[in-house]
Amino acid sequence: MYLLLAWRNIWRNRRRTLITLASVAFAVFFSSLMQSMQTAAWGNLIDNAVRFYTGYIQIHHQGYWDDRTLDNSFVNQASLQSKVAQHPGVVAVVPRLESFALASGTDRTKGTLVIGIDPEKEDNLTNLRNKMRAGTYLQAGQKKVLVAEGLADFLRLAPKDTLVLIGQGYHGANAAGKYEVAGIVKFPSTQLNDQVVYLPLPEAQWLYDTGDRLTSLSLLVDDPGKVEDVTATLQQELNATQFEVMNWQELMPELVQGFEIDRIGAQVILIILYAVISFGIFGTFLMMTTERRYEMGVMLAIGMSRLKLQSVMFLEILMLALGGTLLGILVSLPVILYMHNHPIPVSGNLAELYQNYGMEPVLPFSRKSDIFLRQAYTVAIITAVLGIYPLWFIQRLIPVTALRS
Amino acid sequence: MPEVVIRTSGLTKVYKETKVPVNALGGVDLEIMEGEFTAVVGPSGSGKSTLLHILGGLDYPTAGHVEVGGHHLNELNDRQLIDFRLEHIGFVFQAYNLIPVLTARENVEFIMLLQKIPAREREARAAQLLQEVGLGDRMDNRPTELSGGQQQRVAVARALASRPQFILADEPTANLDSKSAGNLLQMMAEMNRREKVTFIFSTHDQRVIEKARRVITLEDGKIVSDVTKA
Ligand SMILES: Nc1ncnc2c1ncn2[C@@H]1O[C@H](COP(=O)(O)OP(=O)(O)OP(=O)(O)O)[C@@H](O)[C@H]1O
Ligand SMILES: [Mg+2]
Repeated sequence: MYLLLAWRNIWRNRRRTLITLASVAFAVFFSSLMQSMQTAAWGNLIDNAVRFYTGYIQIHHQGYWDDRTLDNSFVNQASLQSKVAQHPGVVAVVPRLESFALASGTDRTKGTLVIGIDPEKEDNLTNLRNKMRAGTYLQAGQKKVLVAEGLADFLRLAPKDTLVLIGQGYHGANAAGKYEVAGIVKFPSTQLNDQVVYLPLPEAQWLYDTGDRLTSLSLLVDDPGKVEDVTATLQQELNATQFEVMNWQELMPELVQGFEIDRIGAQVILIILYAVISFGIFGTFLMMTTERRYEMGVMLAIGMSRLKLQSVMFLEILMLALGGTLLGILVSLPVILYMHNHPIPVSGNLAELYQNYGMEPVLPFSRKSDIFLRQAYTVAIITAVLGIYPLWFIQRLIPVTALRS
Repeated sequence: MPEVVIRTSGLTKVYKETKVPVNALGGVDLEIMEGEFTAVVGPSGSGKSTLLHILGGLDYPTAGHVEVGGHHLNELNDRQLIDFRLEHIGFVFQAYNLIPVLTARENVEFIMLLQKIPAREREARAAQLLQEVGLGDRMDNRPTELSGGQQQRVAVARALASRPQFILADEPTANLDSKSAGNLLQMMAEMNRREKVTFIFSTHDQRVIEKARRVITLEDGKIVSDVTKA
């Protein structure tokens, strides 16, 4: 009967109850939508950026990241690579040697970023083969190069043409080489698209006269959640004065920062939203108690314990909160599922950022269940806190005073 | 030989929250016997409600002593008083006695639910009492669907349902027309006889006073007359 009492009490004021339910549902709906979008957008962005170029973790010679020169390269010991590859959580190890050079085609010259790669391993990490637009992919042992599309256009190069690279090698040696263009690759990031030249690792080492040296090892891990652990344990295992182990957060601080700013912004909006909703819910609670003051006085007078009266009130609050939350989830679920399958296109800064990391400029939606759960918790906690008021009201209600009112 | 159910001595109530303290009760000595049908009368502000509230364990006296069925009410705390009221006293107030979202039957059953009486017994007793107060055909109506007089009858049925030692009714007829008031009193008197329940009610209404067997008159918080009819 207590449940019945609570249920009927809720429906005493149908309109007020509906408004309360709707506002709780709206809060859950809006915040779920926002979090879904944010989680998915940044998840994609980070995943793409990582997969696209840096890898989750990189190992360099100590000091390389601050001063990216060949003088900060390291000897490619087989023992080092196998040690890293066997580390728990590490799936792939991709060696690279990076430096700068002037590239000349038939009549033009331009500064380029030269990257010596292991063609198969590189493709494994960054799907480089899929970025081919013309010609054929690199093969180990060839004296050929892949040229980024923008650069190729500038230098007016096509597959089978010749590219000349001139630069400074290891310890100031001269570096010069002549290569046949094997193929053209396209990067969505204009910065990379205008300056990258890939060549097989041994050719790059020969060009720069580095011997068997590398500038970085990029690692792919099986679980992005474990990146920090793996970074820490690797750093411990490797000689710290010789190597630096950096995870993607350190490699791309601007990405992490962007995420933080965006996250905080969303948080602020949500806090405001919740504050507004809280006032609404509190108003309902206030009315639920004050308008029933006399009646509750009678109930205490005839011998209903405060605890029982509070339990009935608590049931009402619970029904409102759970009902609203459930309604919110019910409404957001189909919307988010739809959005998940039909993402919205984006424009402006975000679109640029996306393109720089080689992504489609659309807003994806995540349908992870913890997004809904988190909103549900939040609403539950807010209602529970606000629900203290009616319970406290009952606790100090004096029947004679209530009856005289 | 009937027993004394209520005994007060030197009962005093002073409301200090107001600017000038109000002496609502100024030393009331009273004994009420089992089975009485007693009216407390007096002008407005004479302390009728205050007295009934204290007798019913709804309020504490400022001074003096009140003993109900062997319980010294001065010594009970808030929680014990609530239990005491549930087990020993039936209340009927001036108006709006009932829980508006429950039907007449549910209102009567509700108090027995609080007393943890089994469902079958609750249902049977609620139906029987509503019959007795003349509402056998309105049991499934909500209070808003009942007239003021009918609502008060349900309130009396509820008060009886908990098998209290006595029923306190503070101006139960104040909101009723004289015919309904007469009927309600008639019904209460009958219940007093049949169920052997003690009734104490306050009233302004002369015709209601005539139905009482004992009339206690209050003025300025003091008993000025106490007449028991033969
Ligand atoms: N909570 C209170 N605070 C201050 N004074 C009060 C309070 N309750 C009652 N009084 C005062 O105490 C006195 C007695 O009040 P009480 O309600 O007992 O009288 P009553 O005989 O029931 O009057 P009525 O016939 O109008 O119901 C009155 O003067 C009243 O103003
Ligand atoms: Mg009164």
